[in-house]
Amino acid sequence: MSLAAAQGFLSPTGVEIAFLLVGIATLGAAVVTVTTKQLVHAALWLVVALGGLAVEYLLLTAEFVAWVQVLIYVGSVVVLLLFGLMLTKAPIGRSPDADSGNRPAALVVALAAAAALVWVVVDAFRTAWIDLDGPAQGSTKVSGTILFRHWVLPFEALSVLLLAALVGAIVLSRKDRTTDREGQR
Amino acid sequence: MHLAYPAVLAVLLFCTGLYGVLARRNAILVLMSVELMLNAVNLNLVAFDVWLRDALHAGQALTLFTIAIAAAEIGIGLAIVLMVYRNRGTSDIDKLRDNAETAGPDDAGPDEKAEATA
Repeated sequence: MSLAAAQGFLSPTGVEIAFLLVGIATLGAAVVTVTTKQLVHAALWLVVALGGLAVEYLLLTAEFVAWVQVLIYVGSVVVLLLFGLMLTKAPIGRSPDADSGNRPAALVVALAAAAALVWVVVDAFRTAWIDLDGPAQGSTKVSGTILFRHWVLPFEALSVLLLAALVGAIVLSRKDRTTDREGQR
Repeated sequence: MHLAYPAVLAVLLFCTGLYGVLARRNAILVLMSVELMLNAVNLNLVAFDVWLRDALHAGQALTLFTIAIAAAEIGIGLAIVLMVYRNRGTSDIDKLRDNAETAGPDDAGPDEKAEATA
C-alpha cells in the first residue's frame, strides 16, 4: 500500500477504506495495550498503536507530523518506557495483578464516555467532509514555513521547557544525599 | 473523507486510554495510557487542521508542540516513578496510600514510618 503518496495512488474511497482498516488495527493494538497482563508486551503493542497513528497522519496528508510521530514516539518514548519497566524490575511473564481492583468501574466510565462522545461527534459532524485534494497540507516545506514564520515564539518557549524537563529529570534521578533530602519535601 | 472517521477513532482511542489510566496498577502502564490519550488529541488536531484548511496550520503546529511536551512529560514521569521505586520498593500506585483519607490498618503504618525515617 503506497500510503505516502495517498493522493496520487488511492481514490477518495480508497483513502477511506485504508483509514478504516488502519484505524481498526490501531484501536485493537491500543485495547491490547491497556488489557494485556504482560507488561513488556503492553509497551510493544503501544508501538503498533503509535505506528498506526503515524499511518493515519500520512493518510491525512500530514507527512511531517507522521515522521515526527515515528521518530519521537516509536523511537524514543517507547524505548524510555521499556527502560522504565526494566529499571523497576517489572515481571517478564504474566503478572496477575496488572489490573487494580477498580477495573469494573473503569470499564463503566470508559464505555459511558465512549458512547456519549461517539454520539455527540457523529451527530455534530455528520455533514462534514475532509477535502484531501490539492497539494499536501502537512508537507515538510509547509510545516517548516508556518513553524518558523508564525509559531517561532512558542517554538522557542518549548525549547526552554525541554531544557527545564531535562534538568528536572537529571535532578530527580540523581542518587546522592541532597537528592534524598529533596525527595522528602 | 468523512470527518467522522478520524473523530470517532480519536474518541475511541481516548476512551481506551481513559480505561487504562483508571484500571492499571503499575505506574508505567498508567503513563502508557496517558500517551494513548495524548495521541488521540493529536489525531483530532491534525484531522481538524486538514478539514479547516487553516492558513496558519495551527493544528499541526500544536500537534508538534504536544508531541514535544509529551516527550518532556514522559521523561519527568519516569524519573518520578523511578524515584518512588527506589524509595518505596514498588511502583504500584495502589500501594502508595500515604495521602489516603481513610488509611488502611495494615499498610499505612509502615509507610508512614518509612517516610519518617528515610
